[in-house]
Amino acid sequence: MSLINYSSREINCKIVYYGPGLGGKTSNIQYIYDKLAPETKGKLVTLATEMDRTLFFDFLPLELGEVKGFKTRFHLYTVPGQVYYNASRKLILRGCDGVVFVGDSSEARFDANVESLYNLHENLKEYNLELGKIPFVMQWNKRDLPDALPVAELNEELNPEGFDWFEAIAYKGDGVFDTLKCVAKQVLRQLQTQPAGV
Amino acid sequence: MVRAEWAIFEEDYWAITNALEALVQSAQARHVLLVDRTGQMIAQVGDSPDFDTQSFASLCAADFEANFALAKLIGEDDFSTLYHQGARDSMYLGKIARGVVLAVVFDKSTTLGLVRLRVRRTVEELNVIIEGLYDKLQYRNEEYDPFDQEFSEGVEQEIDNLFAD
Repeated sequence: MSLINYSSREINCKIVYYGPGLGGKTSNIQYIYDKLAPETKGKLVTLATEMDRTLFFDFLPLELGEVKGFKTRFHLYTVPGQVYYNASRKLILRGCDGVVFVGDSSEARFDANVESLYNLHENLKEYNLELGKIPFVMQWNKRDLPDALPVAELNEELNPEGFDWFEAIAYKGDGVFDTLKCVAKQVLRQLQTQPAGV
Repeated sequence: MVRAEWAIFEEDYWAITNALEALVQSAQARHVLLVDRTGQMIAQVGDSPDFDTQSFASLCAADFEANFALAKLIGEDDFSTLYHQGARDSMYLGKIARGVVLAVVFDKSTTLGLVRLRVRRTVEELNVIIEGLYDKLQYRNEEYDPFDQEFSEGVEQEIDNLFAD
């Protein structure tokens, strides 16, 4: 639910990183936070357990330069991946303008990807949203794992719709910016074409 | 299905700010902030905050959403207000129409009773403004709309600049 403030001349959009537990959602946000210049980013908020598992969400605001007098701000959120935290995931999806699915390439985590994608569909449905109608990008993370499934197989099984996708090794930063750039641009295009109002 | 999107126009922004200013004065609060349900800051008044307001907005919305879910779990429709008590500063949160959250931060120079009383009046005032704002969105005038091709290209360029490896 993008918010346009004509008074402060700001546009705010919300992008949510979704995916199975320990799949690398927080690593994506952490890399973005580490690499960006201080003037373009806000504080990174992390609500995690002592074991560094995301409990509620991570939050990072990013600010683009002014265009036609308007500042654009992206609010990046991650959801907790563990099955147990579905109520929290649902809350964070509310009002999202775009979703990144961070899939785990490991063969051992294939079922976790399937389950998480199904869960994403179900949770979006509750907000009358569906993938394809809102900006959506897939990221196949952990490409450096020895048991990583071939990308062709992941796409065939998990991305038959042919959504935009990227390979990534999030902790090293590979594919992280490409994924974010792609979803951010999709969100802006949607903003341009969608009518306002409820 | 068109997704909900909303905008704050100049005149509404000032109506909101005036209502918040009046609340700061009458409740003798330190800060008053208005946040939308996705955690985006709409307006803030009072002393200049010494905390990060974007994080504050995002956590406020999450706090309210979590409590809303808790209310449902125990069979309540909603918790329309929340109170967090601190040693020095406390917070009182009130729900406005369309999931907008009003957050009041206050210290010991005022009382919870006074804050609660003043918030009740401001919530009514803000409900009218926010509902009116949504009505207005149905008739968004093209002249308000800066999102043309030139804008998109400009922002896409900014995205490329920001994420240049």
